[in-house]
Amino acid sequence: MAAAVLPAQRRAEIGPQRLAFAVMLAFFVLGPLAMYPVFLMKVMCFALFACAFNLLIGFVGLLSFGHAMFLGTAGYVCAYTAKVWGLTPELAILAGTAAAGVLGIVTGLLAIRRQGIYFAMITLALAQMIYFFYLQTPFTGGEDGIQAVPRGKLFGLIDLSNVWAMYATVLAIFLGGFLLIYRTIHSPFGQVLKAIRENEARATSLGYDVDRYKLAAYVLSATLSGLAGATNALVFQLAALNNVHWGMSGEVVLMTLVGGLGTIYGPVVGALVVLAMENYLATLGFWVTIAQGAIFVVCVLAFRRGIIGELARLIRKPL
Amino acid sequence: MTEIFGVPTQALFGQLLIGLINGSFYALLSLGLAVIFGLLNIINFTHGAQYMMGAFVAWFLLNKAGMGYWWALAVAPIAVGAFGVIIERTMLKQLYKLDHLYGLLLTFGLALIIQGLFRNEYGSSGLPYSIPSQLQGGQNLGFMFLPNYRAWVIVFSLAVCLSTWFVIEKTKLGSYLRAATENPELVRAFGINVPRMITLTYGFGVGLAALAGVMAAPIYSVNPLMGADLIIVVFAVVVIGGMGSIMGSIVTGFGLGIIEGLTKVFYPEASNTVIFIIMAIVLMFRPAGLFGTPR
Repeated sequence: MAAAVLPAQRRAEIGPQRLAFAVMLAFFVLGPLAMYPVFLMKVMCFALFACAFNLLIGFVGLLSFGHAMFLGTAGYVCAYTAKVWGLTPELAILAGTAAAGVLGIVTGLLAIRRQGIYFAMITLALAQMIYFFYLQTPFTGGEDGIQAVPRGKLFGLIDLSNVWAMYATVLAIFLGGFLLIYRTIHSPFGQVLKAIRENEARATSLGYDVDRYKLAAYVLSATLSGLAGATNALVFQLAALNNVHWGMSGEVVLMTLVGGLGTIYGPVVGALVVLAMENYLATLGFWVTIAQGAIFVVCVLAFRRGIIGELARLIRKPL
Repeated sequence: MTEIFGVPTQALFGQLLIGLINGSFYALLSLGLAVIFGLLNIINFTHGAQYMMGAFVAWFLLNKAGMGYWWALAVAPIAVGAFGVIIERTMLKQLYKLDHLYGLLLTFGLALIIQGLFRNEYGSSGLPYSIPSQLQGGQNLGFMFLPNYRAWVIVFSLAVCLSTWFVIEKTKLGSYLRAATENPELVRAFGINVPRMITLTYGFGVGLAALAGVMAAPIYSVNPLMGADLIIVVFAVVVIGGMGSIMGSIVTGFGLGIIEGLTKVFYPEASNTVIFIIMAIVLMFRPAGLFGTPR
């Protein structure tokens, strides 16, 4: 197999990563035995969202503080095309994902013109502009959002109003997105991204067109965030403003930070932890926000590697 | 009634006035952000929450201690500034060796905590704060009615901004500050206590935010989320102006306030987004910002 031509270091990494993948797969396949399937579907959507976000911060070093715009845009477009145009679910999800990709191209061309801290501020400001746009434009239903979105029949055959059909679909989408990101990180393209993260000037001097790589990574991240957002809209049969709000952009940062910036499995664990916490604290008013803020502070001050990052340090292998 | 471009002059000048008021707050807040960023290399996401805290301190002083607006104008910046000093000493200090992004994440977390605590205590609706008796009423200028308090806010913010500019650009203290921004190690070698200067700079920037909060209290009601959306607009202002220049921050702040006010008159649908659109245009043609130098 291909493993024979891989460098020794990479071969040693593959074992633990395969094991981690098996654990994750088992968790999501067997999870519904112990947890609500809708909760797990939400976890998978946000895990994909966080993995897509992590592709940018963890492997290119770009902190986007506006990723909610992709989640929300795809959700609105998917919900609208499914409900008003009557598209089948797979086409509605594709439409939502494509819309997020286009938004990624437009905002990416602007945002990559600045680096570091400015990049974060610019993406935040652009996302806020998109938020106000959706607040005012009629097709999103303003404060009400788009409600009662039909899940429809997948490929015109499988009725997704059945919770297990929906669960299997979400699982397939999540795994597909996850493996695509995994593949990207370990491709030559991914190696160039890491080179840019480590030393942008050096990557430029080696002849790489840094801006084009950054834009490609940004658009890929936006598109996959869109895939997560569109799927999420079908699961909850709802597209609403809170998914475009800056609070959501902050939440995905938190998920990735808790799980481990720049790790492969961290965002998945982070999404599970953050969503579980929200579920338990949901009745306690604004304590959710306070707890999120406190986790931010603790992670930044004392736990910068995150859960999976610490685990990977213990076994001395990247996860 | 007279009209300009089909808009009644009353409405036009009214919105211009609101634009100038908002511009004062943009200028004060972006000035604080720029000063903090210059020395600490941190974007202070807590700035909006600290602006809100300034307004709340004013409200506390009035309702719990019977101290009025003028007291608040002096006490709130000092109190919130001291709070900022504690944050800098206990938390931000540990991040200077790390990537700048961690400072942004930490201060974002702090903003969530502060806004969450205030919301738990006071809900999301605003608390009223009345205009001080000396500044009630207004002047009829013939073409418009100018409330005294609003005139005061504009004049006072402009005075504070210009004094800050003067101190940083024209005094000895300011020259130390600018030198420390360029090369902190070298300035330390000359025997200047740079860490203390950093702490006080953060306190000062935060104090400016609190001052803006006190001035905003009688105009907008005192509300736990009053700074949450404002800080994002101020980020856009900072991107447009570039953080390299103090005067640039002031001019950009007031200028964008006026543009926003005019948009409310001529095309109200875009009034929420006009600053972000300007940011996008500036990024296309002058990515370093209007007053920034590329680096």
